[in-house]
Amino acid sequence: MDSGQQTVLYEQSMDPGFLDEVYRIHGGEKIKDCIQCGTCSGSCPVSWAMEETPRQIFAMIRAGMRDRILESLTIWTCASCYQCVQRCPQEIKITDIMYMLKRMAIRENRRRSKHARALSQYFVDIVNKYGRNRETTLMTKYMLSTDPLGAITAAPIAISLRMHGRLPLGGSKVRDIVGLRKIVAKAQELGGE
Amino acid sequence: MRYAYYPGCSLDATARPYGESVDTVAKLLGMELVEIDDWNCCGATAYMNVNEILSFCLSARNLAQAHRSGDPIVTACSACFTNLRKTDAYMAESQDLRDKVDEALGQAGMHYDGGAVIKHFLNAVIEDVGLDRVRALVKRPLKGLRVAPYYGCQIARPYGIEDDKDNPTMLDRLLQTLGATPTYFPMKTICCGGSLMGTSEDVALRLCRNLLLCARQDNADCIAVTCPLCQINLDAYQGRINKTYKTDFRIPILYFTQLMGLAFALKSEPLGLQRCIVPAANVLARFTQEAV
Repeated sequence: MDSGQQTVLYEQSMDPGFLDEVYRIHGGEKIKDCIQCGTCSGSCPVSWAMEETPRQIFAMIRAGMRDRILESLTIWTCASCYQCVQRCPQEIKITDIMYMLKRMAIRENRRRSKHARALSQYFVDIVNKYGRNRETTLMTKYMLSTDPLGAITAAPIAISLRMHGRLPLGGSKVRDIVGLRKIVAKAQELGGE
Repeated sequence: MRYAYYPGCSLDATARPYGESVDTVAKLLGMELVEIDDWNCCGATAYMNVNEILSFCLSARNLAQAHRSGDPIVTACSACFTNLRKTDAYMAESQDLRDKVDEALGQAGMHYDGGAVIKHFLNAVIEDVGLDRVRALVKRPLKGLRVAPYYGCQIARPYGIEDDKDNPTMLDRLLQTLGATPTYFPMKTICCGGSLMGTSEDVALRLCRNLLLCARQDNADCIAVTCPLCQINLDAYQGRINKTYKTDFRIPILYFTQLMGLAFALKSEPLGLQRCIVPAANVLARFTQEAV
């Protein structure tokens, strides 16, 4: 859709249902109140690294630019620091909306979602298995799957953590793992957005 | 005072020195930390990328487990703290969410009504123990030690500690009470990048470089942190930052609980000081000798 040349967007490329999807999350309907003041973009510590700033993303949501948003690097640059939520004069839960956009992009296997999807998926697998995160396993699996070459350069950091007793092998787990898995299964069923 | 203690997953692993120093310091402060029975992971920021309801359910299970005792819940990890408080706040706002969480927890015979008191360990020290009590325990004031008070992002935000959101002072006041000098650190609540260090390393490295630069500008000897992710990003990645930006930072990154222990004249080992990647020995030499 976006060739890099096209500056005019045509109605056919818009998704009028996109806004409704956003309304569905808790507090999502507040996006109607956005006054495009730019406080979010001005407060964001990583807007310099984004393709579109948060303010632009909200205008794009309302315009129904679903594809452009879900393919944008912006959603993967949000660090969930809540600075924008803290300062938004309209009390829009911006971080939650960013999370929702990330979920959509992951679910639809969008370009650029690879790393975050891998990290989330390994994290979920570990927690489903043990009920608790195991940082050593998570870091190893993630690095090896997304960037084996990078794993080599990251090795010194891992070794140094290990030498300082901060990357243990194994770890504790939840006793009632069966109960926890039942909760997870039900929550996943209920949360199918 | 007794607490339902939620250690979280990092305090056994990358944040082990945090776990160790919290345990050590709590004993001296008369805080009885009773670990929440069979707690599970809070979901961090990763679960929100998968399923929102599931993320709330994970924290709600912990709240349900903890709330049985009726004791206030305390956690030292800022991400765990945010997830617990956010879940509690959203459940209070939304009947729909309460119903869904209830249905999911019900699968394991659990239930959470809401209304738990949730505190960050820093909160608990300031509000429950009080600075007077802390002052009375200081045996070796950290005189002349210049410390950048770094709160990090999540501890200060909408669901955060009861303090000014842009310029919190809890940690500053605690450091002063310990005899240290909090430096001028205008980036005290700016994000370190968190898990972006894994997914967008170049972005996180720059954020951390800026924080180190800011600490150096007012001649900080070290940075005090309240969050495992801030600690690992600034400490374990400091070498990588130096390499990327051709800088020469060697700023120790210490948990505020480690500094408390030092001021209380405790030995450095139970405070996990030997686990700093950027060695703290030189900066703290004056305070680590002749431990009581």
